[in-house]
Parts: sequence; structure tokens; C-alpha cells
Amino acid sequence: MPEGMTAAANPAGQGTAMLEVRDLEAWYGESHVLHGVSLDIRQGEVVTLLGRNGAGKTTTLRAIMGLTGRRTGAIRFEGRETIALRPDLIARAGIAYCPEERGIFASLTVKENLMLPPTIAPGGLSVEEIHTLFPNLKEREGSQGTKLSGGEQQMLAIGRILRTGARLLLLDEPSEGLAPVIVQQIGVTIRKLKERGFTVLLVEQNFRFAQTVADRHYVMEHGRVVDMVANQDLAASMDRLHEYLGV
Amino acid sequence: MESLIFFLEDAAPLLVLGLVNGAFYALLSLGLAVIFGMLNVINFTHGAQFMMGAFVAWMLLSWAGIGYWGALILAPLIVGAVGVLIEKTMISRLYKLDHLYGLLLTFGCALVIEGLFRNNFGVSGLPYAVPAELRGGIDLGFMFLPTYRGWVVLMAVVMCLLTWYVIEKTKVGSYLRAATERPQLVQAFGVNVPRMMTLTYGAGVALAAFAGVLAAPIYSVRPDMGASFIITVFAVVVIGGMGSIMGSIVTGFMLGFVQGVTELIYPPFAQTVVFFIMAIVLLTRPAGLFGRA
Repeated sequence: MPEGMTAAANPAGQGTAMLEVRDLEAWYGESHVLHGVSLDIRQGEVVTLLGRNGAGKTTTLRAIMGLTGRRTGAIRFEGRETIALRPDLIARAGIAYCPEERGIFASLTVKENLMLPPTIAPGGLSVEEIHTLFPNLKEREGSQGTKLSGGEQQMLAIGRILRTGARLLLLDEPSEGLAPVIVQQIGVTIRKLKERGFTVLLVEQNFRFAQTVADRHYVMEHGRVVDMVANQDLAASMDRLHEYLGV
Repeated sequence: MESLIFFLEDAAPLLVLGLVNGAFYALLSLGLAVIFGMLNVINFTHGAQFMMGAFVAWMLLSWAGIGYWGALILAPLIVGAVGVLIEKTMISRLYKLDHLYGLLLTFGCALVIEGLFRNNFGVSGLPYAVPAELRGGIDLGFMFLPTYRGWVVLMAVVMCLLTWYVIEKTKVGSYLRAATERPQLVQAFGVNVPRMMTLTYGAGVALAAFAGVLAAPIYSVRPDMGASFIITVFAVVVIGGMGSIMGSIVTGFMLGFVQGVTELIYPPFAQTVVFFIMAIVLLTRPAGLFGRA
């Protein structure tokens, strides 16, 4: 598997990746969660991490962001090694993170939540553009952040990281627990973000949703990336994926 | 009518005294609330830092000839800087451990600081004069209000409202509130949260020192002046609810006032009433009057 992995990790074998993760291991306290994750994401791609619960998908995002305990391996973003950086410096390098639990702040209004992440580079969406994407956020500007519905909170969690000028977005299960119509709206949003040149690494359990937005899929098992499937090969790889995901 | 005027003449000075105490309770518990909200540390050094504010004011005057007005600005900055040093070198190492360690460390710091001052300045207390501009008093008709006491209450109200405004209504305040809820996520947005914690501790300590300067002309400048205040202030914090900004301000003034009223009705009970209220609040609303459970 390791040899096959190298090819899978750098699928096109050409061009430099925007994000290069090599042999990433991570711990939460004493427990060893990631056992050597390797993956590549090129500029402008939407890539998903698929896998069962506990496979290490969320931890991979958190480790890229510097939010786990000890980490080893290499994480190069736009050619720069970030494994030793603090989370705030990783964010300032141009990576934005939207956590699974959405992380809406109860003591902040919707507007304050939206304006919270500091601008790190030019080129982010304007507040008007975010309001065009998610009109509900404008209507509820003055409400307490956590008074929003689940779908609105997800929109707020995504919306607020679009402002900052970050070029790589890490989204952790944006479709989780949402009504189908809202999942659809989030899918539309992700495709629009791709058109605007954002690069997205998406953790998903919802395989159907993932295939509507992604260019490639990495499959994780036991804290490792075990396979990579391009979206156009998906139909041909169904049996393999079903086995991995147990769906 | 006549008896009402007599009553007012009796009552008013005590109520004002209560209000002045309340002003200090509010300022001190506000600083504690700000620090606890952000650092999750119960700052037992707070009383010592209040005392340091008064001492630095005294030192500035005796050693450098800098008077009250200069001290009102300089002493909080100096003591705040000492606080930053304490946070950087010691408290910041304890965030990953149980809260109790922070409590023990800051309690130890308080003992060391108070010991050092007792060693160098004795226990008898040093005089600090009311600044010339604030001497005398105002005749309100039913009572004579010493100008300086009025000034203390006014400054405390202004400072409390200013702090509340910064935390609740500004961008910096939104970082603070957010980091109180989820420090990791705020840091993952690109905010240097460790530095923010250091500065928050410094600001909370500066508030205590500011109260110390205000207190210097009223109480004599003594190494134990903070220790006697801080016990009541912790009761205030428990009553108001840990970490609530407006809660500590309102509770501080309210309890000072209640103490004043008790002094009027049954003086022996005045020092105890706060703890009596604390017990009732703990039994009925453990999160405090303004606390979020």
C-alpha cells in the first residue's frame, strides 16, 4: 500500500500542490490519532475526505490548523512549512477553518460573528457578496448568533471565513444534520466558491453530497489515507468505496 | 417631615459610605470577572495588586514627586506591567492544568507580594493626602458630601461603564467575548490568543491598581489593605456570578449600598451581611444573580 499511496497522494504527478501533507501524525494527549496522512490539494480544487466515523477526518483538518496536540510530519502550504506554527500564524498564512460544531459564538450577534475573523489578505468576499449568497444572514444581523436555525448557523460559519482573504478553506461536514434543501444550497455555494478560485478541503460523511461538489475524494481509515478516487471515476469505483465506507 | 429630615441626616453619610465601598467592590470584582472570563483563573493576587496601586502612587509622590493625577495614570500602567510579567512567566504555564493550580499560584503570589511590602514598609500604614483640587465638600442640604468620596464613586462608575463598553460594544471586545467561549477557534481565525490573554490579565490588574490609587487617600496605604477588601470582593463575585461583566458592576455597588443600609439598621451585622447574602444566593441560584448556569 505505501508505494501505491505515493502515486495516489500526488495524483497528477505534475505541478506543485497548494497544500502538501506528508506522513502527518498527530496525538491528542496520549492517544495517537493520525498515523501518517499524506495528501495533496492543488489550487482551485475541491477535495473531500471520506471515511467512517473515527477514521481521522476531523483530526486531519484540526492538525492542518495546528489544533491537535503533538504533530509530526510535513504540512507545506504554498511551499511554506507550517507544522511548527501556532494556529493563528497558520490562519494568517491563508488557511481558514469551519469546524464541525460550527463554532457560532453565543455572546456575539450574527453581525459580530460574521465580522469576527480578522482579514488576513485582500481578495475575500465583501459583506454584500456574503449577504447575496446567504440572504438570511442579513435579515438576522442583530440576533444572537446561536438563535439562528441550524442551517443559518452553518451559513454564518461558512460566510464568516469567506471575508478574510484566506485561499484554502477547510470545511468540516457542512451538510451534517441539515435539511436536504439547505444541503443543496450549501452545495451551490461550494461550487460558486470554486468558480471564484477558492480551494476547498471538505470532510464529508454524506457521500451523495460529496460527489456533487468535489473533484477528488480521499478515503481515510484508521488515521491514514488509504485511497484516492477522482470524481469522474466514481461510478467505476463504487464497489470499492462501499466497502470502505460501509454504505 | 421633620423626622424624615433627621433620618436622612443620619442615614445619608452611611449610605454614601456604602456607595464608596460599593465603588471599590465594583471596580475590583469587574477586574476579577474580566480575568476569569478570559483566562479561567481566579486571580487571588487581585487584592495585592490593588494594594500595589496605592503603594506605587505613594512611591511616585515620595520618590519622584509625581502627584495624584499622574499616579492615577502611571500606577495602573506600572502595576499592569508587573501583572503582564506574572502572566507571561508563571500563570501562562498553568492553562493546561486544573483551575486549582492557577488559584494556588495567584494566592502564593499575593502572599509573597504582601510579605515583601510588609517587610519594607511595615504594617502601620503610610499617609496619602487628598489632592488639593478634591478637598472640601459639597453641602447637599441633607448632608455634607466630601468631594473626594463623590469623585471616587464618579470615577468608579465611569471606569466600569468604559470597561463594559469596550467589552460589549467594540471589535476588541468581540474577540474577548469569543475567546472566552472558544479560545482555540478564535486563534484558528488568526487572532493571537495567548497575547490577548496576557494583555487581558494586565488590563484586569491595571483596574485593580486604579482602584488602589483611588483608595490611597481614603484608607491609609498599608500592605494588608487589599487582603481585607478582597474577601468581601470574592463574595460579591460569587453573588453576581463569575464572569458576568455587568453582573459584577451592579452587584458591587448594590452590596456596598446594602452594607450601608445594614450599618444604619443594625451595625454589628454590616460586615457579615454580604456573606449572609452570598449563602442565600448560593443556595437558591448557584450560578449567581447574573451568571449563566
